[in-house]
Parts: sequence; structure tokens; C-alpha cells
Amino acid sequence: MKVPPPPSGKVELPVALSLALLADMLRIRRMEEKCAELYGEGKIRGFLHLYIGEEAVAAGAMRALAPEDNIVATYREHGHALLRGVSMDRIMAEMYGKREGCSGGRGGSMHLFDAAARFYGGNAIVGGGLPLAAGLALAAKLKKESRITACFFGEGAVAEGAFHESMNLAQLWRLPVAYFCENNLYAMGTALERSESQTDLCAKAASYGMATLKADGMDVAAVHKTAQRAREHVATKGPVFVEFQTYRFRAHSMFDPELYRDKGEVEAWKERGPLHTFSARLKAQGDLTEGRFLELDRAAQAEVDKAVAFAEAGTREPAEDLAKDVTTPS
Amino acid sequence: MSAISYREALRLALDEALEKDERVFLMGEDVGRYGGTYAVSKGLLEKYGSERVRDTPLSELGFVGAGIGAALGGMRPIVEVMTVNFSLLALDQIVNTAALLRHMSGGQFSVPLVVRMATGAGRQLAAQHSHSLEGWYAHIPGIRIVAPATVEDARGMLGAALADPDPVLVFEYPALFETKGEASGGKVDIASSKVRREGSRVTLVTYGGCLPKAMQAAEQVDGEVIDLRVLRPLDMAPVVGSLKKTRRAVVVDEGWRSGGLAAEVMARIMEQAFYELDAPVARVCSEEVPVPYAKHLEEAALPQTEKIVAAAQGLFA
Repeated sequence: MKVPPPPSGKVELPVALSLALLADMLRIRRMEEKCAELYGEGKIRGFLHLYIGEEAVAAGAMRALAPEDNIVATYREHGHALLRGVSMDRIMAEMYGKREGCSGGRGGSMHLFDAAARFYGGNAIVGGGLPLAAGLALAAKLKKESRITACFFGEGAVAEGAFHESMNLAQLWRLPVAYFCENNLYAMGTALERSESQTDLCAKAASYGMATLKADGMDVAAVHKTAQRAREHVATKGPVFVEFQTYRFRAHSMFDPELYRDKGEVEAWKERGPLHTFSARLKAQGDLTEGRFLELDRAAQAEVDKAVAFAEAGTREPAEDLAKDVTTPS
Repeated sequence: MSAISYREALRLALDEALEKDERVFLMGEDVGRYGGTYAVSKGLLEKYGSERVRDTPLSELGFVGAGIGAALGGMRPIVEVMTVNFSLLALDQIVNTAALLRHMSGGQFSVPLVVRMATGAGRQLAAQHSHSLEGWYAHIPGIRIVAPATVEDARGMLGAALADPDPVLVFEYPALFETKGEASGGKVDIASSKVRREGSRVTLVTYGGCLPKAMQAAEQVDGEVIDLRVLRPLDMAPVVGSLKKTRRAVVVDEGWRSGGLAAEVMARIMEQAFYELDAPVARVCSEEVPVPYAKHLEEAALPQTEKIVAAAQGLFA
């Protein structure tokens, strides 16, 4: 695939919002860089799927949603959880497997949950969250609630039956659900054109009669505006499918030797990186100074340092509690 | 009180559940306009409307997953998967999501979902429509598995399942749909196994569609029949209690023999009542073949009264 030119042009957003979006992306980036480092030290184990490169999608989309909305995400969900309001402390503690983690150390990196934030995980079966999101939306509709459900997933999920069954149910029943597809071009190591006969993802959703939108997932301003339109559509008309075209800069997981794509491609996509392109645009139009950028960055770093200290100081759940919460206590 | 059929008891239970709690809704293939594949939900669409008696596309994975989401969203969905055979298409949502969510989220999200499905062989429906996979589901922590074998349980277990904050799979037995009995409408538990017939010579442990066969066999061998009722978590107390008296047991299970539920019951008897036994525990399961269409072959593949009698008598040889 030919790499498009980097996002450019004037950012048509209020300055405060632009800076908030930039800060959001920085928080994810600094948190995950630290996670990679901690993985190297053996502090974090299991699978660790980093979102580095894709931050604009979670950042732009989350700020378009309302506090009462439901969120369903995948195993690459650190950023979504963080921006939804799960504290970095509790996310980091979860990765450490500590009791203070947002899933009590039971879930780990792939299964972040938070009832208060209406963050329904953290589903590590590709496509697994899509029917669940339809059901959350069905409940809201039956209860005549105004909340919508936003479901994030990668383009690999479109090959699953769960995707097609969910698109059909959502449109058939006009459910208040937004399906946010993060198309990073690779399902683990398999490129889209090597796994799909139809590579136009919107065409798949449209075949169910669903409204579709598409945006450059490396441009946080474009993501935000598109997600706002999507939410408006869901709240007033019905379900929507949105394709955000993005790119993962790091390996799929910490076990991935990246034999399936060449370094030139990764470097070309890094030219489109959501952080530096957005910062440069804001600077060019006088909305951001280098000093302000460094301030935001230092704040993100400080939050990371605090989170690591919190996780380090966390406690281990006693093994005697192993069977707790398999079922609900009566 | 007049006798009603198992089928009528199931319908009554659905009607009562929909009447009682507006969070309850029923969804599945052909539950509405068609009236239910086994006519269990006949008349409910007319009574409760299409929002609450909701026909679904043939998307078992999709609508079971939607049931999980609706349960998380505060509803009390009853999802009907037409038969256990088709539930294999929904296995991912049941096993990877419904069963795991509470533990995996550190106790934050319970899933109050009820999934009903018909199960079992005996009606010449051939290999793809004759599975007995309750034992598979009973392997999974996080879900409760119930198997109503009496008219009373057919009416009462649904209400108990809806009151459970966690996922419950209700297995219904078309082989029993025409059996008649009394159903008081009183509360039943979904935690215990029960003695269905007292006897002194041998304990016959069974559940679901095999219960009538075990009852008939018990007449011939002075058997004490225990209906497990709940396949996860298993309540072994009545079995162990019975063995103190009979000292011999046959486990009757329509599932296949290898790695089946009968094997689990036998293992627990060995763990909990080994010194009560005067003979090795026997089992009567389905033969290890796909269930065939031809009547005589299907009968040969399934547990039958004569096989149970023979197994019981074998313990005294």
C-alpha cells in the first residue's frame, strides 16, 4: 500500500481542545514506552500489545463520547482505558498483576476493566467484543437510555463471523452503537490484502445497510470530528461503522520479530506519526510553543513515574482468594 | 392440581418470567412469529410484543453475545439457542466471555444471562441434531448448568436461573416434552440433586432425558434413583448418602463415555465414598459413535432401560 502524505493544514479546533488531545496522546505514548521498558525488565509479563503509533484514534474518539456511554475494546486497549478515565496507577498495577490493578490483577494487559468508567474490557478474542457491544446497545435501547456504546476493534476482526453477525443485528434492530474500526493494515502479521477479498472495509458494513464514515487515523483532529459525527448519527439515527486508517509502529506483541513488513514501510508511516505531525501543525499556527509541549510531556512523564511507583508498591492477592469471583457471592 | 406436560411447564415458566419482571426478554431463532421450534413460546409474541419476544437471525454467536451485553446493560435476557447442536456456533461467547467476565474483571462484572437449549437424542434426527454436550459445558467454571428432568423443574428452574446473578445454561429435553406431571409453581432450587425413587440394592445416578429410563430400571433392580438436576456445581451429598445404604452405583449419562460427565461423577464417588463401595462403579453412556438415523441403530447407541438393568445386575455377579 502506498503511504499517504502526512496530515497537514490548519487544525480547526479550539486551542484548549487541541492541547488536551495532544496531552492525551502524550500520556498514552509515555505510558506505553515505559511498559515496553518494564517488559524488558520482567516486571510485566504475558502478552503486551502496544498502541504506539495509533494514539490519535483513542484520543480523538474518546473526547467525542459522553460520560454515560459504554466502551468495549480489545487486547490493545491501554490507551482507551486511560483516556476513558481509568487511572494510570491502576492500569500499571494491573500490568504488574497487583491487587490494586483495575481488574485486581486477574486480567493483565489484555483485560483492563472498569465498571465506574463503563469500560467493558479488554476482550482478547478478535471480534469477541462486537456482539457484546450490540447487546449493551440493545439494553440501552430497551431501557430508553440516551447512552450509546462505542466498540473499538482492529481490521482483523472483519474476517470473523462475529463482525458480520453484529453488523446485521445492529442495523436490523437500529441499535445505538458505533463500531470504530482501527485499521492498522495488519492482522497480527497478515496484511489486509492477503486476507480479505474485499479490502474496502466500509463496503462490508454498507452491505448491511449501515451508515459508514472514514477518517485518517493519524490525524487526531480528523478522528475527533469524525467521531463526533458518528456519535451524533448513532444518537439520532442508528448504528454507524467508522474506519480509522492508522498504523502500528511497534511489533504486534513483545514476541513478534516483524518478519512480515519491511522497515522502510514502518519508517514511511512514522513520517505520519500522530504526535509530531499534530505538534508541528499546532506550532505552525501559533497554538503551541516548544515550552508548552515540554510542559505537557513532563506532566505525562511524571504521571508515568507515579504510576510505576504505585504499581511497585502494590500488593499481591493472596492465593487463597483464587476462586473468589468465579461466581457472584450470594 | 391437574397434571400438565413438560412443554406446557416450560411455556408457563416463560410467561411468568415475562409477566413478573420487565427487564426479562426472550430472544432466539423462531421464538416469536413461529411460536418456538418446539412450540414452547407459542402465544408469547402476541402477549408481550416483538421487543420482548424477539426473533433473531440465524446468528447464534451474535445473539448469544448480544444477550451477554444486554445482561451487562441491566436487562435479564433469556436467550434460546434452538438446540445444543447449534450452541457450538456460540461457544466462543459462552466460554470466552460469559463464563470468564466476572473473574477476569476482578469481580466487577457479573453476567445475569440465561441460555436455554434443547438437547439429547431419541427422535431419529441423526448425528448433527442428537448431541448431548451438557458434560462439556459442565467443565467450565463460571457458568451454572441445570437439567430439568421433571415437570416441576421444567416450570421452576427458569425463575431460579433468572434470579442467579451469573450465567445459567438450561438444558431442556424434547424426549420429555410430552411427559405429564404436577407443577405447583412453587420455588425450586438450582443447587441440589434429589432422590427421585428410594431403593436399597443399587444407586442409579442420572439426569435429564435418562431419568425415566433409570426409573424403569430401578423397578427391576430395587434401585435408588438420584436426579443430579444441576450439573455444575455438582451436589454429591445425596449420592454419597445413598451409597452408604446401597454400596453399589451405576451412573447413567446420554453423553459419550470418554471424558464425560459420568466419568466425573464416578471420580467423585471414588474420592468421597470409596470405602462405602462393595463393587466398582459402573456406567451406562452413549456408545462412542455419531448418533445414527435408523431407529434400531439409534436405540443401540443410547442408554436404554435394559442396559441399565444389566449394568446394575453386573455389580452382583
